[in-house]
Amino acid sequence: MAIVTTPTKACAVNPLKMSQPIGGAFAFMGLGGAMPLLHGSQGCTSFGLTLFVRHFKEAVPLRTTAMSEVTTVLGGYENLEQAILNIYKRAKPKIIGICSTGVTETNGDDVDAYLKLIRSKHPQLAKLPLVYVSTPDFKGAFQDGWEKAVARIVEVLVDGPNASRLRDPSRVNVLPGCHLTPGDLDELRVILEDFGLSPSFLPDLAGSLDGHIPDEFTPTTVGGIDVGEIANMGRAGWTIAIGAQMRRAAEVMQAKTGVPFRVFERLCGLCPNDEFMTFLSEISGRPIPLKYRRQRSQLADAMLDAHFHIGGRKLAIGAEPDLLLDLSGMLSDMGTQVTVAVTTTQSEVIERIKTNEVIIGDLADLEDLAKERHCDLLITHSHGRQAAARLKVPFYRAGFPIFDRLGAGHQLSVGYRGTRNVIFEIANLVIAHRDENDQPTPDKWRTGRVLPRCAGHRSSTVATERSVA
Amino acid sequence: MSSLAATVQIIFDEPGCAKNGSKSEAERRNGCTKQLQPGSAAGGCAFDGAKVALQPFTDVAHLVHGPIACEGNSWDNRGAVSSGSDLWRTAFTTDLSETDIVFGGEKRLCKAIKEIIDKYDPCAIFVYQTCIPAMIGDDINAVCKAASRRFLKPVIPINSPGFVGSKNLGNKLAGEALLDYVIGTREPDYTTPYDINLIGEYNLSGELWQVKPLLDELGVRILCCISGDGKYREVASSHRARAAMLVCSKSMINVARKMEQRYGIPFFEGSFYGIQDSSESLRQIARLLVERGAPTDLLGRTEALIAREEAWAWGAIEPYKPRFGGKKALLMTGGVKSWSVVAALQEAGLELVGTSVKKSTKEDKERIKELMGHDANMIENMTPREMYEMLKGAKADIMLSGGKSQFVALKAAVPWLDINQERCHAYMGYVGMVKLVEEIDKSLSSPMWEQLRRPAPWEALAKAMEQMQSPATALADPALAEKSRRARKICICNRVDLGTIEDAIYAHRLRSVEAVREHTNAVGGCCQRRINEILVSEPSAMRQAAE
Repeated sequence: MAIVTTPTKACAVNPLKMSQPIGGAFAFMGLGGAMPLLHGSQGCTSFGLTLFVRHFKEAVPLRTTAMSEVTTVLGGYENLEQAILNIYKRAKPKIIGICSTGVTETNGDDVDAYLKLIRSKHPQLAKLPLVYVSTPDFKGAFQDGWEKAVARIVEVLVDGPNASRLRDPSRVNVLPGCHLTPGDLDELRVILEDFGLSPSFLPDLAGSLDGHIPDEFTPTTVGGIDVGEIANMGRAGWTIAIGAQMRRAAEVMQAKTGVPFRVFERLCGLCPNDEFMTFLSEISGRPIPLKYRRQRSQLADAMLDAHFHIGGRKLAIGAEPDLLLDLSGMLSDMGTQVTVAVTTTQSEVIERIKTNEVIIGDLADLEDLAKERHCDLLITHSHGRQAAARLKVPFYRAGFPIFDRLGAGHQLSVGYRGTRNVIFEIANLVIAHRDENDQPTPDKWRTGRVLPRCAGHRSSTVATERSVA
Repeated sequence: MSSLAATVQIIFDEPGCAKNGSKSEAERRNGCTKQLQPGSAAGGCAFDGAKVALQPFTDVAHLVHGPIACEGNSWDNRGAVSSGSDLWRTAFTTDLSETDIVFGGEKRLCKAIKEIIDKYDPCAIFVYQTCIPAMIGDDINAVCKAASRRFLKPVIPINSPGFVGSKNLGNKLAGEALLDYVIGTREPDYTTPYDINLIGEYNLSGELWQVKPLLDELGVRILCCISGDGKYREVASSHRARAAMLVCSKSMINVARKMEQRYGIPFFEGSFYGIQDSSESLRQIARLLVERGAPTDLLGRTEALIAREEAWAWGAIEPYKPRFGGKKALLMTGGVKSWSVVAALQEAGLELVGTSVKKSTKEDKERIKELMGHDANMIENMTPREMYEMLKGAKADIMLSGGKSQFVALKAAVPWLDINQERCHAYMGYVGMVKLVEEIDKSLSSPMWEQLRRPAPWEALAKAMEQMQSPATALADPALAEKSRRARKICICNRVDLGTIEDAIYAHRLRSVEAVREHTNAVGGCCQRRINEILVSEPSAMRQAAE
């Protein structure tokens, strides 16, 4: 439906995109006792670290191989070896997740071979899982790094089929995309458990970055899915992948263990959750719990209350592909016009977004087009704050990073309840913005002889909104 | 133009740096940046340092030549504030792709410069070199030179790829770029005998404006601040200042020293953190300006201002003294701040239980000893774990540090205050120091801490239960021990305890699990084994128990 365009300009202005290696490292942060390690210069790690800390307001484990100019020329073997040994000795991790960066990819470090060599030289590392994923900075985006890392974790850490281990149909693997928050994972866990299913989340950020207070100080992740639990994921009855980005990991899982999978591209909105609930009911053999029938009804009511405010709005949205599909889809279902859509990287889903054009670009593209097309609702991550101030439109923060508001880790968007929350929040932003900036005056309509500027099918909703307000 | 390696060597050989001066010849050759150990958590790289140092220039377009990581992961993350243009907050990057790396990124850089000039028309463009274009051999000096000529606009190369070293080195490389390409390229509209430069002040949270009113009152003009709330034309004409103050950090000592060398601008190193330090710095500014020919009444006016401000500040801190009595503070910061805030904290009645000296020089340490006595707890290096233990063990009531150790303190449920660059409050000058004391008080006296340190009620209960079941209590109170023994659940499904089953067995002389099932609520399914155990156990003990 949507045409995908890539601007030809040489200079990215106000990037929407973040780099692959930190997306990969982010996936490792959902593993218990893990230590993500970026193989690159110290800045690669430092910038990522600051970004995560500002988003989660939590201590974040992330280490560097500290490549210098000289070691970049000579190759990174020794730095990688030293880094692994130092981490092994001091932090005592249960797993080290290694992501390459632009520097080490450009000079062509063969990390897989390095790891073999390191293992043969240091037998004490025999039992320590080392998972390596290639994530050059100059390709893809944050979401791609996550996608690759999770697929790689499945490939390396999940045990293959074993005759003595029976499959347990009540166990379900959940592979969440990087657009889900720890709060979303907690919500999904409750939903699945209410159906009598016991889920294993890979990665499980709700265990590590949900902002709890651990009893002890640990330099590694303070929670997340255990390496042992990952190994056993082949025993599950089903794999649920959330977001198209997780299809790859789910396919790897199926190829390796035979566990069938189903991808849910969206979990925000009424119909996507109907599908999800129906599926859970089928695989668990249980009827939809009363609680969720009630929540569905509450969501329907929220949609009724909010459509006056959200309907007809012209949305400018900048987000990674899966989040873009999810949020723009939900709002489009409410009657919002997706007028400008900008994303970071190629994905199978972006041409299915309900808009005319999706741009793989930056926040300047988003801002310029939003201005040109008179958008009156902006959704993107916190870096959109400058654009929002200039455009003077309601601004809903979504995605990563959200560094200028608290509670980013608990922002909920999945399930009937999560959708209801998002709808209320956006509608309230719109209402507050109208109260502050758009109070009627005796002259408001005197010069308003110009026809509504919005083209297309939804001009009638603007009138509805006015009459209700 | 010297090569990057040569520039780095020159920076390492900084005669103005006290730490460098105290080194032996061999040590000096190794340079002042310790190589970061692989496997550690990272501090910023040289590119980061250069960006930190220059980004506060507000009317300049900062263009990062590199892949998305360098700018995409880091932009708009500093608390510097501008009084005018907000162009500096717009992120520009060439976002190098794989193709650029194969074919070279120079053309893309040149196109990017043109796009920025066409759309934003900035006063100047600073182009930052990063690791990858440095590796593939993009010559940004040449591109910038060509672009400057073609667009008749200063396009300045900032040659500080991340992998050459630490953040601090990057600060200095940024300074070198200013010296090479910017400073002295323009003339100011007018000069006064009261013109000064502030070097290495970044106007974080607008803290420069806590001091500026005082300078304004004295008639001292900040000709240029490098780089907080700075403008391109100001730094270009900064060589006409009469004196300079190197503010706090040693990040730009090379700029201060070389400006003294080239343009005869005397400088001193001072700080506006702390009350006495602020006074001392104001005095020094006045002294240097008078030495350079400013009217001598400046000295008297400065003293009068200092007296007034100090009296106000000490007066404002006074009420906190009784509130802070006996409270212990741990100061984990580097360099000058390790002592410059100590005096004010002590004056407010806080006891300093330690200060870190990781980044401090010999003089810094002397000053600490002066202030805190010879048994001052100077911490050379402390791991996060040690820090956590120290705070958890209540050896300090509050920690003041940079953002990195924030969660170590907070997760130990100990008050913490940010006094490094990411802080959201401004702490400079007299008002700033009073604000700091106010913030400490707010944090220390919060009723929240007590609630947070209290264990959850069920944890207290669990602990009591544990004590009850331990053998020691059994000896102390046999009746209680017996009660808890009999309370043990045998049948989990129907919640039947050991006491009930024992009583039934004794009363009806039961011999089998089936019989027990008949006489009690026990299911005898999963608890079959446990009931069997009771049946075969010593009957005398059972009888005793029943009686």
